[in-house]
Amino acid sequence: MASVKKQLSENKLSDRLAIALRKPGKLVSIYFTAGYPGLGDTVPIIRELQAAGADMVEIGLPFSDPLADGPTIQESSTAALKNGMTTSRLFEQLRGIRSQIDIPLILMGYFNPILQYGVEAFCRKCREVGIDGLILPDLPLEIYERDYQHHFKAQGLSMIFLISPQTSETRIRRIDAASDSFIYMVSSASTTGVQEGFGQGQQAYFDRIAAMDLEHPQLVGFGISDAQSFRAATRNAKGAIIGSAFIRLLTEKGVAGIRGFVEGLRSS
Amino acid sequence: MSQYSVDEYGFYGEFGGAFIPEMLYPNVEELRENYREILASEEFQQEFRALLRDYVGRPTPLYYADRLSDAYNCRIYLKREDLCHTGAHKVNNTIGQILLAKKLGKKRIIAETGAGQHGVATATVCALMGLPCVVYMGEVDIARQAPNVARMKLLGAEVRPARSGSRTLKDATNEAIRDWINNPVDTHYIIGSVVGPHPYPDMVTRLQAVISEEIQAQLQEKEGRPDPDVLIACVGGGSNAAGTYYHYLDREHVQIIAAEAAGKGVDTGESAATSALGRVGIIHASKTLLMQTDDGQITEPYSISAGLDYPGVGPLHAHLFATGRARFIPVTDEEAMEAGRELARLEGIIPAIETSHALAVLAKGAVPEGSLTVINVSGRGDKDLQTYIDYFKLA
Repeated sequence: MASVKKQLSENKLSDRLAIALRKPGKLVSIYFTAGYPGLGDTVPIIRELQAAGADMVEIGLPFSDPLADGPTIQESSTAALKNGMTTSRLFEQLRGIRSQIDIPLILMGYFNPILQYGVEAFCRKCREVGIDGLILPDLPLEIYERDYQHHFKAQGLSMIFLISPQTSETRIRRIDAASDSFIYMVSSASTTGVQEGFGQGQQAYFDRIAAMDLEHPQLVGFGISDAQSFRAATRNAKGAIIGSAFIRLLTEKGVAGIRGFVEGLRSS
Repeated sequence: MSQYSVDEYGFYGEFGGAFIPEMLYPNVEELRENYREILASEEFQQEFRALLRDYVGRPTPLYYADRLSDAYNCRIYLKREDLCHTGAHKVNNTIGQILLAKKLGKKRIIAETGAGQHGVATATVCALMGLPCVVYMGEVDIARQAPNVARMKLLGAEVRPARSGSRTLKDATNEAIRDWINNPVDTHYIIGSVVGPHPYPDMVTRLQAVISEEIQAQLQEKEGRPDPDVLIACVGGGSNAAGTYYHYLDREHVQIIAAEAAGKGVDTGESAATSALGRVGIIHASKTLLMQTDDGQITEPYSISAGLDYPGVGPLHAHLFATGRARFIPVTDEEAMEAGRELARLEGIIPAIETSHALAVLAKGAVPEGSLTVINVSGRGDKDLQTYIDYFKLA
């Protein structure tokens, strides 16, 4: 743990992210698609998530062709785009958010909309509104390092990389070395929202990663929907990310259902 | 190395690369590490060449089109890929990739298809090799390409409808990629065009390069020279074009023309002319020219030809466009349909509507008089009969 802290301070990571990762206990990180269910729901959802005790929020920038996502997030993205969500509109909605929200905010999106916005302008805007980190599943480590990382680092943004059960040990070490906050550990060979819960295969993978004693903490994503799967996912990891199950909740109950959902995740 | 070859990172100039989610990294890396060696091995080459000869029916003829030549005052040869088994050039690639998949020990094949030609070519080689085959096809395309759906089923493939997004080729490709993420170990994804993450554009180009290799030898035999003055192919994703151009890319005296589907017209909002309407972006893990909104959302193209309505274009072609090596000519539905009918009447060959776009370049005056011209007839028109019937009111 000491080495984690050292790494964090060296890279001048945003304080919010560093502080969150040092909290005792397991972290709940919630993903939602900006512009869903309603165009104007972005800020109310984030506010409610903080009030409900979520430790971190991942704001999904909707994309027409989300390759790594299953049907739930795809459909929410299609709906969000239909509602009129764009990169510029999201930044407008997030302006001033830091006057009411303290927990880390991470933007998760596909690379093409960012490329069109302009990578440098996008990074500046992220810093301006108070985004702490980014998850860009289709911007692989090598291309990021070669062509884009200077823009992200210049604005103090943390880049969060994924690993999966198929990722080799050598590559996990390389990703760990390139990381500066946490590693997004994809629980299984899967797109989002496809599987529910974990089997023995996953547990073996979780144990294998834990045994590697990585510099950076891991948050597990994909397949976490309730208290039971949250517990299983965080037996070794620092926290877990809930996406599709949260989108389904928003579809069914809207913002009013958030508090019960987040509290339910931590119930024993 | 040729400036038209892929570099060590998988880029043609600024285009290409592998913008893949980490979950696909092992699959794509396995291919990247092995494809050149396997394709170059004597064992692979022997099997590949034997199947192309005995099963596909290669070499396909290079036919001197006398009456068409007279009509346009030039000397036109047609490369008859329409005579390949399954009716189009697509099978050159699927034969190569299924041999590769077997060498890599894969047990299951997936593919995407738009009009169904690549789906049929994949289902065919899977039947040939006894491997299970799942073909993703947009729900909209399934409805309008019923005969090819039936062919795939008859060949033993499972056709899975892509119900996301616009429910056409781009969404079928998304679904195939998602399948690959969910089945990373035993499955090989046979991409049907020179699109997708590196190494696919280069790999598919090399497998289709048999087309230009044959053109060189056949022209040498018939004309005493390997090079035409002008080389024409249609471009959607661009696999038949990549194969037609491959051995000529560095022979700069050969003029290369790419016929793009302009749909109802480049500026009508119903078009698939990517070089005219696209901007640099990322689709299916490749950086290329792409039709998209200002916000970077991928838009749905239109063409009467189901094989050309792809919102992107292979990164090699984006590079040929950007460097000026190839001249891109937009061809409307109407121009293509007329050119298709003209070939039927002048030469007794009913071309696929994709191919008709390449033929339409002649009537647009893009070929100088007297030029020795080779046009790739990428496919036959059987699959398009209903479209021809509806368009020309033949029923």
